[in-house]
Amino acid sequence: MPATFEAPTATELPKLSNEEIARYSRHLILPEVGLEGQQKLKAAKVLCVGTGGLGAPLALYLAAAGIGTIGLVDFDVVDESNLQRQIIHSQSTVGKLKVDSAEIMLKGLNKNVNVIKHNTMLTSKNALEIFKDYDVIADGTDNFQTRYLVNDACVLTGKPNAYGSIFRFEGQASVFATEEGPCYRCLYPEPPPPGLVPSCAEGGVLGILPGLVGVIQATEVIKLILGIGEPLVGRLLLVDALNMGFRTLKLRKNPNCPACGTHEIKELIDYDQFCGIAPPTSTGPLEVSSHGNVDASANVVDGIAQITVEEYKARLDKGDKPFLLDVREPHEYQIVNLGAPLIPVGQIGSRLNEIPVSKDTEIVVQCKSGGRSQKAALELKAAGFTNVKNLAGGITAWADRIDTSLPKY
Amino acid sequence: MKIHIPTPLRAYTDKQETVSVAGATVAEGLDELTKAFPAMRAHLFTPDGKLRSFVNVYLDDEDVRYLPAKEATAVAPEAELTIIPSIAGGCCSLPAAGCCRS
Repeated sequence: MPATFEAPTATELPKLSNEEIARYSRHLILPEVGLEGQQKLKAAKVLCVGTGGLGAPLALYLAAAGIGTIGLVDFDVVDESNLQRQIIHSQSTVGKLKVDSAEIMLKGLNKNVNVIKHNTMLTSKNALEIFKDYDVIADGTDNFQTRYLVNDACVLTGKPNAYGSIFRFEGQASVFATEEGPCYRCLYPEPPPPGLVPSCAEGGVLGILPGLVGVIQATEVIKLILGIGEPLVGRLLLVDALNMGFRTLKLRKNPNCPACGTHEIKELIDYDQFCGIAPPTSTGPLEVSSHGNVDASANVVDGIAQITVEEYKARLDKGDKPFLLDVREPHEYQIVNLGAPLIPVGQIGSRLNEIPVSKDTEIVVQCKSGGRSQKAALELKAAGFTNVKNLAGGITAWADRIDTSLPKY
Repeated sequence: MKIHIPTPLRAYTDKQETVSVAGATVAEGLDELTKAFPAMRAHLFTPDGKLRSFVNVYLDDEDVRYLPAKEATAVAPEAELTIIPSIAGGCCSLPAAGCCRS
């Protein structure tokens, strides 16, 4: 068995009640699971990092399967826009903490499951302490900082990581950080620079896709605990929901990997810094970059002046309207717009001649939440436009604070 | 050879999932790809022309980094290259909130 997880011996395993024997009968009659396997599941402690798109189906199936202890890490609250994919939450728990909402659903499904709630952001300070009580970690987070944090904490604590990741119509799954297998850093030694890879909040995701990938993670967790089959150790599963294609690629353990190869990473580091992003701030308007927050309360970011929606509105009211350019995609423009001309961010470079103002005219660039418009503003500046500003917070901030009749997406 | 383009990079290939290019090696294939779609170049290569470390290229099911000749590996016409980018999505919800601030 490639997994490092060591199950308790039969004599230490918890007994099943008659009620549990009846509940898990479809498992008990599978020779690969059987009574002892079900007892192993009952003894197991699994930590789900994130109770969102991936964590929802993952935790639900683990609870149904009879995992004895499920830990949940999340500090978010349930929003109606989550329900398109996060099926562990429901209409009735909108506004509640996600860990509380998830507990209601898990306990409703299986009263025997012990749910441990970690209503906190996973950080370098708390990760090792939280991980040490669990046997398997399932990573269902959505940003690079936490991906590297979970990986390094798994390597340092010797816990296998059932990994899943999604974007639009595509998913990836693997099992990282087993003793002999590769870790996440073997596959991705360095994170992409901020701005290069859009987040799901910017790029969207097909609602069923996290269901598909989260259930694959749950399958791997259960295989690791039971010690059956061939876990996705040393393999990366690629899922393409559009053509319903599944492929596996070989992953190698990198002998020079600083985490699992040379072990030069001996403690958790500052992952915001590692990923090249500013740490989150609690004050000032926040805008979303590709995978982190940019502090827009700073007036100038990377040489681009930031204009707030209030400042922009005041300019309109004075009749001093700057040239506004929308850099979102046409399908987003259809949902809601401010009447500005549209050139998607990816086409700015090739459509500069369509900008109907001179290079020294003031241009305010706008997107959904301020990330892509910042990128477009930088591109315009590099192309010789001398007075380019970014509308901080984008049309979402406008809908939040200026014209609340507009829809938000 | 056929090159599989992952979703995040399809914006630069007119939404094509696969692109067929000529080329005798992995490097030549990637070069042809970025000639056909110049906007891809900055996403795959550093300014000094090295493949970016967060972009993995597979020749069939093998990581090119671990092949003896690496990017100079010969590619048969029927072989497939796959570009694997880092993706981090999983539980994204509201901007500036969530388990992971995305």
